[in-house]
Parts: sequence; structure tokens; C-alpha cells
Amino acid sequence: MAAPSIARPRVLPRFSGLAWRRARWGYVFIAPWLIGFVLFTALPMIATLAFTFTNINLAQAEPLKFVGLKNYETLLNDKQAWASLGITFKYMLLALPVAVILPFLVALLLHSRHLVASGVFRVLLFLPYVVPFIATVFIWQGMLNPETGWVNGLLKALGVNSPPGWLEDPGWVYPGLAMIGLWGIGAGMIVYLAGLKGVPTDLYEAAKIDGAGPWASLRHITIPMITPVIFYTVVLSVVEVLQYFLVPLVLQNGTGEPGGSTMFYNLYIYKNFFTFQNMSYGATLAWVLFIISLAVTLILFGTARKWVYYAGEAR
Amino acid sequence: MTATSLAGGRILRIRRRTRTAAGSRPPRQRGDSSRSFLITLIAVLVVAAFLSPLLRSVAYSVKSIDQITQAHSPLYPADPVTFNFNGKDLPVYNVPLPDGTMRQLAIVEALRRQSTFVDPQDPTAAPIVWQGSWRTLEPVWQFAPHWENFGKVWDLIDYPRLLLNTVIIALISTIGTLISCTLVAYGFARFRFPGRSFLFTLLIATIFLPAAVTIIPTYTIFQRMGWVGTWLPLLVPAFFANAYDVFLMRQYFMTIPTDLDEAAAIDGAGPFRTLISVVLPQAWPVIVAVAVFHLVYSWNDFFGPLIYTAGKVDLQTVALGLQRFNGIYYREPGLIQAGTLMTLVIPVIAFLLTQRFFTRGIVITGVEK
Repeated sequence: MAAPSIARPRVLPRFSGLAWRRARWGYVFIAPWLIGFVLFTALPMIATLAFTFTNINLAQAEPLKFVGLKNYETLLNDKQAWASLGITFKYMLLALPVAVILPFLVALLLHSRHLVASGVFRVLLFLPYVVPFIATVFIWQGMLNPETGWVNGLLKALGVNSPPGWLEDPGWVYPGLAMIGLWGIGAGMIVYLAGLKGVPTDLYEAAKIDGAGPWASLRHITIPMITPVIFYTVVLSVVEVLQYFLVPLVLQNGTGEPGGSTMFYNLYIYKNFFTFQNMSYGATLAWVLFIISLAVTLILFGTARKWVYYAGEAR
Repeated sequence: MTATSLAGGRILRIRRRTRTAAGSRPPRQRGDSSRSFLITLIAVLVVAAFLSPLLRSVAYSVKSIDQITQAHSPLYPADPVTFNFNGKDLPVYNVPLPDGTMRQLAIVEALRRQSTFVDPQDPTAAPIVWQGSWRTLEPVWQFAPHWENFGKVWDLIDYPRLLLNTVIIALISTIGTLISCTLVAYGFARFRFPGRSFLFTLLIATIFLPAAVTIIPTYTIFQRMGWVGTWLPLLVPAFFANAYDVFLMRQYFMTIPTDLDEAAAIDGAGPFRTLISVVLPQAWPVIVAVAVFHLVYSWNDFFGPLIYTAGKVDLQTVALGLQRFNGIYYREPGLIQAGTLMTLVIPVIAFLLTQRFFTRGIVITGVEK
């Protein structure tokens, strides 16, 4: 990370005979990953890229040929692809606050010195994180059932006469999916909590002497000090939401119901691969997703300089 | 003041002192108890809301299909109360009587405008004729958990077979992950070699890589090799390390001082020997963390088994079995929820038993990046 530049010379020292022998051992030890990376990541990525210039479609066997940029042209005119991308970003507007802000608020609660038995609460709030994905979906599907679900039961008890149909209603399906996502906040919560514990207490004491109230110290000390954690959570959540598709795949069998509202971009890729078996077009969609993910990640890393604070870094 | 509350006070005081000594949080001050109460109450409400879906699932898992299809049945598992009268089981209803009282009566004759009831407390008394539609009456329920739902699911989805498959896959892939990630993390933590920081960055970058961009060639190659429809695609890649666990182990290895490594080297131990007899004995917390992480990951994995064991029912895992079961028995939410609980119980127990290692592992991967 931010090592002072004096401690580490820019140019690597020349490796002596002994150092070379050690270095060789280094390669030996990392070999499992390196081989795996080449076999399961690098080569498949190149192959996927190569696919995008061909016409591989297992549903209609044509002789393999090079088609140039035809798949990309199809993509430009594919309304479903753009709609799916729109759905993904629309959902991101809702899912990001759930993934980034909510775990922070819960961590603040757990970190409060007034909380009795905070360890118990921490374990209970983390617990849904280890519940298998498929179990989470079935549990929440029941919870959000328009007739028998407890969410609508509560709404009816509060006097809402016609509560929403959640997962069956195109207008309410995204809040419904975001609620299913609630059970994924455990890791973020734990990471935030560790970040909060890492803020030096003397900062708070100094602020108190200066007359800062709890709100001011939250705004001017806590949040700036944990920006690295916020940054990490944002980047990971964005990448995750861009790939979102398993929940709608299970809930609606990947049909995109209700009304096409859950045909997320990655689900559309999955359909192209495994349902339409249009490998080349699926690969094209996948590469575009990769480029988008890369661009978004790089943009986020670019902005990080402006708002992420790293202790010990000269600025 | 009773003796128990005094003892409680002492425990509280001791706990408070240890917490201050640990220094993780500032000591509580006098006059904070009302605030403690308020904050703790908020936490209780948050936990209750957060875990209420689980509670609903537990309640449903022991409900009968009869109760679930009844519109106004209780939230807890229950059966309608019946009363055996002249050899017939008669349903019991809450009947509002003209004198303003509510009585629990068994229905003898149900007609549209008026019905006849007997009092189960006093069946020999004259039958009571009640004016009104019996359909508006609320049945009387009594608490009755239907544990047999679990047994039914156990047989219907062939749970033992799914369990065995899941355990075998989880164990083998966890062993693979432990071996490979230990080696790779040791390589990154203890050796200097040209390109090390680039390769490490590359390793971390794979965390952000969308799986869609590699899945098709990988799937196609596995298919060509005849591996689709076997467990090999789920097991073999585990032996080639993964970014999360390597990162976690490397961070931990770097906190272990190198003095003992050097002493071992002077004694003539090679790098492997040093790893096994010097580094690993000091690294067991991270080994436990990675083992539990991977066990839970493998147990919960859905997409891998979905694409690689599609159509091979005897090879499937609990997660896949549950999905298949839901496709057939979706009209019986009680059975679905029982199956759901049977799927989640093992990872939840694994987490509860190792929660300290587990959460510390997440902290290391999350904060130090």
C-alpha cells in the first residue's frame, strides 16, 4: 500500500544466485494459482473474445466462420440488450444504498457503547449471510407473498388496504428484490464495524473538547476515517449488481416476469448461452459486461483519490 | 432486592470491567442506563425485523397444508379444534351469542341462515340454535406443530443422498482450497521474485471479473472432456487457489515474524519444511477461517451445481435438490419451508461454532485491501 518511497528503492536490486534460488521457490509456490489463472481465467477470456467475432450457435448449426463485427452490430440494434442494461442500472440505484448505507447504519448501532450484549446482536445480524442463496430466495418469496406474506400482513395491520404484489408486480419487483438483498449485508456490516473500531478514540475526545456533538463527530470524524471501507463496499457492490441475475433466475425461472422487468443484463447473457445456445452473441454480451465493469471500477478508483482517506499517506 | 438481582449486578460489574480493560469501547458512564435501554431496544427491533422471515419459515415448516389454505389461520402452527360428538368429529367455532358472550361451540348442523351447536363442555345439554351464517364464524385453533413435514421432505427429495453429495463436494473442494491457497499465499508472503506485485494485483483483480466472461469456454471445454454431468468441474478448480482465500492467508502469514523461518533455514530446513513445521502451526486461525469459508461457500453454491449437474439427479447437492423440490411441491409451502430449513441448518451451525474466526476472516479481506 502506501509505503514511504525511501524504504523501497524504485529499481529492484539485482538478484544474486541465492536470491534467484529463493525467487524460483516463489514461483513454485504460486504455480497452482498461476496455472489455474491461465487455464480458468486468461485462456477462457481470450476464447470468449474470439467467439465474439464468429457465428457459433449450437441451436442452428452453421459452418464456423469469421463474421467480423456483426455480433456487435446486432448488439447495437438489440432492444432487449439495452433494456436489460437499463434494468440493471435502475436496480443498482436501489440496491447500492441497501448494500452500502444500511450495513453502515447497522454497524453504527452495533458499535454504540450503550448497546448491551453487542456480541449477540452481531452474530444474529450476520447469521442470514451464511444462509444458502436458494434458501434465502424461498424464505423471502414466502415473506413477500401478496396474500400470506408477513410484509403485507404488517401493511394490512397498519391500515394499507391494497398492499403491493411485490415480486409479482412490475412496479414493486425492484423493492422486493432489494429486500431479498437485505440478507446479504452481513459481510459489509462486519467490515464497517471493524472500520469503526479502528478510528482512534483520541480523535473523538479532541472533537468533544472542541464542542462537537455526536452528529458533527459522525460527519467530520467517523465518515472521513472509514472512507476506505465505504470505497471497498461501493466497488464490490457495483461489480456484484452488474452481475445480478441468480435471484430472478430462480424466482421466475429466468423468464424476466413480471412484464420483462427482471430480465437483467446478466440474465440475458445466461439465456443466450444456456437457452438460445447462441454462444457468439452471448460472448459478445459478456465482453461488453466486462468492459462496463472495468470502466466503472476504473472510474471509481479514479475518484477515490478525491474522497478516500488513507492513514499515513502524504497528501 | 433479591439475591438474584444482586448477583446479576455483580456479573454486570465484572463484565463492564473486562470490557474497559479490553479497551475496545469507552466505559459506560452513570446515567447512561436509559440510553442503553433505548439503544438495545432499537437493536432488538432491528434483529426482530431482520430475522422475521426466518421465523415465518420456521412456523410454516411445521404447519399443515389445511392450516395454510385457511385464510384467517393463526401465525403459529395449529390445528382446528374438533369435538367428537356421537362418533363424528365436529369443528369448533367461536360463536358470539345474543347475550354478548363468546363461546366455543361445536357445530352439529350447518345451514345457510341458522346453525345448531352443542357445547363441548356440556354435550348432554340442549343444542343451541344460532342465527346467522356459520361461514362468518372463526374456527378455534390449538397449537399443533406438524414435525412430520421434515420427515416427508427427507423421503420425498431423498435428502440423505443430497446430503452425502453436498458433504463430499464440500470436503474435497475445501481440502483443495486449503492446500492450494496455503502454497500460493506462502509464495506471495515469504518470497521475493520479479513480477510479484504485478501478479498479486492480477490475483486481486480476478475478484472483480464478471464470471460470464469466462464461463462459456470453460463450460465447453469441460463438456469436451466429458466432465459435464460429473463433479469434476466443481472439485478440480478448487485445487488451483482463489483470490479471496489467498489474500486472507497471505495477510495472516505476513503478520507471523520471520525469525523462526530463518532459524529453521539455518538448521537446514527447506521452504516446504519451513511452511509445514514453522508457519502452519502459527497460522491455524486463518486455516480454520478459510476452511469454514469454503465449506459454507461450497455448501451454498447454486450456479456451479446448476450448470454442471443439470439432469443428473443422483449427483445433485442439497441446494439443487431444494430447487427441484420447489418446482414439484410449490403448492405445499409447509414442505418447501421445511426443506429450506434443512438446507440452511448446517452452514448456520458451522458459522455459529466458528463465528470468531469467520468474522475475523471477513475483516481481514475487507479492511486491509
